Amino acid sequence: MSAAAAASATSASRLPAQLCGAASVLAVVAAVELLIRAGAINAFVIPLPSQVIAAIPRIVVEEHIPLRFWQTSKEVLWAALLLATVGIGLGVLLYRVRLLRLATETWVGALAAAPIVLLFPLFLVIFGRSATTIVMIGFCAGLAPVILKTVEGLAGTRPVLIDVGRSLKLTRRQQFWKILLPAALPTVFVGMRLGLVFAMINIVGVEYLINFGGLGQLVNDLAERYDLPGTYGAILFVVLTSIVFFDLTERLERWLRPHR
Amino acid sequence: MAAAAPVIAAAPSRASTARRVLAVRVAIVLAVLAAWQALAMSGLLFRDVVPPLQAIGGALVALLGRADFYANLGVTAMEIGIAVVIGGLAGLAAGIALGANRFLSNAFEALLLYLGPTPKIVFFPVMLMWFGTGAGSKIAMGVVSCFFPVAISAAAGMREIDAVLIRVGRSFRATTWKMVTSIYLPAMRQPVVNGFRLGLGVAIIGTLLAETKLSNKGLGYLVIQAYATFDMPRMYALLIVLFVLSIGVNALIGRLGRGDRRAIA
Repeated sequence: MSAAAAASATSASRLPAQLCGAASVLAVVAAVELLIRAGAINAFVIPLPSQVIAAIPRIVVEEHIPLRFWQTSKEVLWAALLLATVGIGLGVLLYRVRLLRLATETWVGALAAAPIVLLFPLFLVIFGRSATTIVMIGFCAGLAPVILKTVEGLAGTRPVLIDVGRSLKLTRRQQFWKILLPAALPTVFVGMRLGLVFAMINIVGVEYLINFGGLGQLVNDLAERYDLPGTYGAILFVVLTSIVFFDLTERLERWLRPHR
Repeated sequence: MAAAAPVIAAAPSRASTARRVLAVRVAIVLAVLAAWQALAMSGLLFRDVVPPLQAIGGALVALLGRADFYANLGVTAMEIGIAVVIGGLAGLAAGIALGANRFLSNAFEALLLYLGPTPKIVFFPVMLMWFGTGAGSKIAMGVVSCFFPVAISAAAGMREIDAVLIRVGRSFRATTWKMVTSIYLPAMRQPVVNGFRLGLGVAIIGTLLAETKLSNKGLGYLVIQAYATFDMPRMYALLIVLFVLSIGVNALIGRLGRGDRRAIA
C-alpha cells in the first residue's frame, strides 16, 4: 500500500470518531439550550446558544469586526517583525559567541518560563495605553523560543555541510548565508511559530486587559455593556481566530519540515 | 595511563570555562545595573518611570517587611493551589481517558489541542458571571489555564507506556483504579510532572491576570494598585518578587522531573 493510500485509510478510520466528537459538542450545545429554556440554567448567566449564534452577524457589522481583526493582525505582524529581526539576530549572536551563549542560555530559558504578560502595567507607564504597549508585550513574550530555536538550528547544522563550505573556501559571511542559515531555517521557523503563538495569545490578552486595540477589546467592551450573547459570540470569534492562526502556522511548519 | 591524561587535561579547561562564564554573567549583571542607574539619573524618561536602584531596593525591603504583602501572597497562593489541584486532576483524568482509548482520542483530542493555546483571559467575563467577583472567578481562570497542558501531556504520556506493563496489569485482573495508581501513573510520571509544570506556569499567569483585572486581594491586585497610584518602586519590587517566585517554582518542579528521570534510569 502506498503512503498516500495508507494516510487516506487512517483518515477514513478516524472519521466515525471525529463525527461522534462533533455530534457530542452539538448535543451539549442543544442540551444547554433546552436547560435554559426550561429555566434550569439562569439565562442572565448563560445566554441561549441560538442567541449567541444570532449575535455573531450583528457584532460583525456593528462592532466592526473586520477592522478589529485588522488591528490585532497589525499588532501580531509588528511583533512578528520584531521577533524575526531581534530574536533571530540574538540567536545568531549567541551561536557565534560561545561564551555568551554558555553564560545566558539558561537565562533565556528562564525568560520562557517567566510571566512576561504581568509586565503590562510597567509597559503602560513606559509606552502609554497604546498599540506599542501591546506589540512590546507580544514581542517580549515570544522572544525566548525564537532565540533558543535559532541557536539550536544553527548549532545542529550537519558538520559535513560546514566542511563542504570550508573546502569551497567560503568567507564567514558566505558560510552563514549559504550554508548555516538554510540548514537552520526549519528549526528557526519552529521557534518563530512558537514565538508567534505566544505573541498572539499575549496580544489578545493585553488588548482585553487594557481595553485597547482589536479583538481583545471587543470582548471587554461587550462584557462591560452586559451584552451576554455578544460577549459569548466575541469569545467564540477570538477562539476561532486563534484556531485558524495556529492551524495555518502549523501547516506552514509542516511544509517547511516535510521529513517530520 | 594514556587514557587518563586527556581527562586530567580536560578538568582545568572545564573549570576555566566555568570561571569565564561566571565572569561574563557578573559583567552582564553589573552592566545592566549600571545602565539602569545611569538612565534613572539622566532624566531622559519621566520621573520615577525608571527609579534608581536604591529606591527599588528600599521598596523591596519595605514590601517584604509588610504583613499585608504576606496576606495577599497567601490569597494568590491559595487560589493558584486550588486551581492546580482541580485543573490538574481534571486534566490528568481527561488525559488518561484520551490516551487509553483511541476512539475517544480521535473524537476529542483535536478539541484539546486547538483550545489549549487560545488566550484564556478572554474567558474571564464568563468566569465573573459564573463564579462572581471573589476568589472563585480567579480560581476558575487558573483551572481553565492549568487543565489543557496537563491533559495534553497526560494523553501523550499514556500512549508512551510500554504495552507489556499494561498487559501485565490486565493479566493480574487489576481494577481500573489499580491500573491507574500502579501502572499508568508510575509509568507516565515524567510527562505528568512536565504537564503539571506547564500547568502551574499558566495557572499563575491566569490567576494573576484575573486579579489585575478585577479584584481587591492578591498580588495581581497589589501590582495594579501600585500602577494606579504611580508607586513605581513598589511596582518594580512586586514584579521582581513575582518573577522570582514564578521562575523559582518552575525550576523546582523541573528539578523534581529530572530527579524522577534519574531515579527511573
